[in-house]
Amino acid sequence: MTKEELIIPENKIYGKPTLMNDTPMHYCPGCSHGVVHKLVAEIIEEMGMEEDTIAICPVGCAVFAYRYVDIDWIEASHGRAPACASAIRRLWPNKLVFTYQGDGDMACIGTGETIHALNRGENIAMIFINNAIYGMTGGQMAPTTLMGMKTATCPYGRQADLHGYPLHITDIAATLEGTCYVTRQAVNTVANIRKAKKAIRQAFDNAINKRGCSLVEIVSTCASGWKMTPEQANQWMTDNMFPYYPLGDLKNTVKL
Amino acid sequence: MAKMRGAIVVDIERCKGCNLCAVACPLNLVTLSATVNHRGYNYAEQTDWEKCNGCSSCAIVCPDGCITVYRKKEE
Amino acid sequence: MDNKEKDFVLLKGNEVIAKAAIRYGYDGFFGYPITPQSEVLETLAADKPWETTGMVVLQAESELASINMLYGAGCTGKLVFTSSSSPGVALMQEGISYMSACEIPGVIVSVGRGGPGLGTIQPGQADYHQAVYGGGNGDYRTIVLAPNSVQEMGDCMGKAAKLTFKWRVPVIVLSDGMIGQMMEKVELPPFTPRRTEEEIGQQCPWATNGIGLKHRKYNFMSSLEFDPQTMEDRNQKMADKYRQIEAEEVDYELYKVNEDTEYLIVAYGISSRVSMKAVDLLCEAGVKIGMLRPKTLWPFPNKAISQLSERIKSILCVEQCEGQMINDVRLATEGQATVYHSGRSGGMVSSPTDVVEDFKRMARENLSKNWPKGYWMK
Repeated sequence: MTKEELIIPENKIYGKPTLMNDTPMHYCPGCSHGVVHKLVAEIIEEMGMEEDTIAICPVGCAVFAYRYVDIDWIEASHGRAPACASAIRRLWPNKLVFTYQGDGDMACIGTGETIHALNRGENIAMIFINNAIYGMTGGQMAPTTLMGMKTATCPYGRQADLHGYPLHITDIAATLEGTCYVTRQAVNTVANIRKAKKAIRQAFDNAINKRGCSLVEIVSTCASGWKMTPEQANQWMTDNMFPYYPLGDLKNTVKL
Repeated sequence: MAKMRGAIVVDIERCKGCNLCAVACPLNLVTLSATVNHRGYNYAEQTDWEKCNGCSSCAIVCPDGCITVYRKKEE
Repeated sequence: MDNKEKDFVLLKGNEVIAKAAIRYGYDGFFGYPITPQSEVLETLAADKPWETTGMVVLQAESELASINMLYGAGCTGKLVFTSSSSPGVALMQEGISYMSACEIPGVIVSVGRGGPGLGTIQPGQADYHQAVYGGGNGDYRTIVLAPNSVQEMGDCMGKAAKLTFKWRVPVIVLSDGMIGQMMEKVELPPFTPRRTEEEIGQQCPWATNGIGLKHRKYNFMSSLEFDPQTMEDRNQKMADKYRQIEAEEVDYELYKVNEDTEYLIVAYGISSRVSMKAVDLLCEAGVKIGMLRPKTLWPFPNKAISQLSERIKSILCVEQCEGQMINDVRLATEGQATVYHSGRSGGMVSSPTDVVEDFKRMARENLSKNWPKGYWMK
């Protein structure tokens, strides 16, 4: 078999989902956002929900998410995506509504909106990219920055007396009655990506079927912010982030 | 014996040379090119396509969706 | 239709906001309780429109959330409104700027109280600047309607619904605690059905609701631009629209203004009700005075005021604050007439005699030769 014989459309088994357009993404090389965007596009495509999805993107690195996935997007103001999504979901009872937010957006400036949307049990899905740093603004401390971790605004490492402790917003979400599915995933390996995809798919499913609010945290890397290569960042995440933010379901009340 | 044959096509101009595909490839068949694309990135390329079994690991981990995978069972 | 068939009821201004919105086919309300406008949400909650018209009612966790709910809902082409009072509307300013930037329809009812800060819960008009000039960032304007009766509170909800979709500009209904709390006889509008999803799809091709996505490019709502030139182009397009609104949507009312009018009162909202009585008292005493009441605060009736000020002696601007609209009135006169302030603040409201006293002071300062020695000299 020659390469030309192999590379023909009927042998194609994997490629960029068609919902993901050709616009080059602004993310840094190796950024986890790209993988999650790809998963979101794949899932919506597989569900055939293109015309019935309304996505809300945040302020932060994913502020331009709307450029890459060919569905209708709303760019919310900083932290307010869950409020936006709550209203839309209530007004459009047949649509899939999800938010895509980073740690600053979801767990800092928008904590109020996050907690209340979760607690009201809004039938929306929330995807939460936690890379423990503010990527877009140049690597400042995030609410989820680990103790001792160095950032531009805690250059000597995060200290409890100066900066307080990392916020476990996902753990808080799991304690709220309005949530039906709270899980923490990662996209650093093929196996984890498959699990993350399944989780997002379930969250979308929950939203469509009005089972309550779902939160999928993706523990992510920020190679630029962490000042590492993407490969080192994955390793650092495995060594430091996973012990603090362990992967797996925190809550799942949906018995399928 | 039937053998899975695979090959990848990289969207060179979209690739940012993050190297995650190279790390993900269980057979170490992906590497970064010596030359750069128009944005200055060393892009991913397959070194020895004949050994590829089309497992898609490289493509799945690619954050920019640059890799398309083809696979066929060779009788 | 004879009067028997009409829906006449005795209601508070705030209650009418709620009842009129249901009848005008609003799709949703998102708000947070604050005195003196809490009856809006209370009435909606009691009337349960979700069981009749299908209107969504949600008590949000804050005004910040309310306005962003409005933003999200507006982006999808739904007709929605929120309601708040001074400090609450202050919290909404960012959202209003975002809505303006994305050219999103939405109606914000502001029932003013005394300020600044937490201020008081009594009626105030110190939010003129907040409504008309906005506290959000960037080059934007919002249409501001100023009802002065309980009836008009309801009517404004219909007018705001039309304007906000016609121009894709947020519309603020600027009222005050007195109109919000007082009860008057009102004729409620007939029920207009809410638009169906198909109708929204046809009427709002810009909306981000997924409708028809397979046959069009995807829509997105964003106020962020990489390129300053693109941002300037957007701003200029919006500015052109604002100029058009200024040309087409000015609305005002004249009271006892005629060819002989020598003095003019300019007042809106509750101040116009107080001033109406003051004008009556002064006219009875022989003063040639009338009132101009802006029904839209933006666009402002500049032309009407400019034309009147060519031939009048002076203007008394009555507002329940330390002087905000007065600046717009002064600009509108183009220097042709002196403008004086009259009004109280912090939750205090002028009585007609307060206005008359201020008029006397103004008239003295203005040294009118034809000073009628009448009513106030007794």
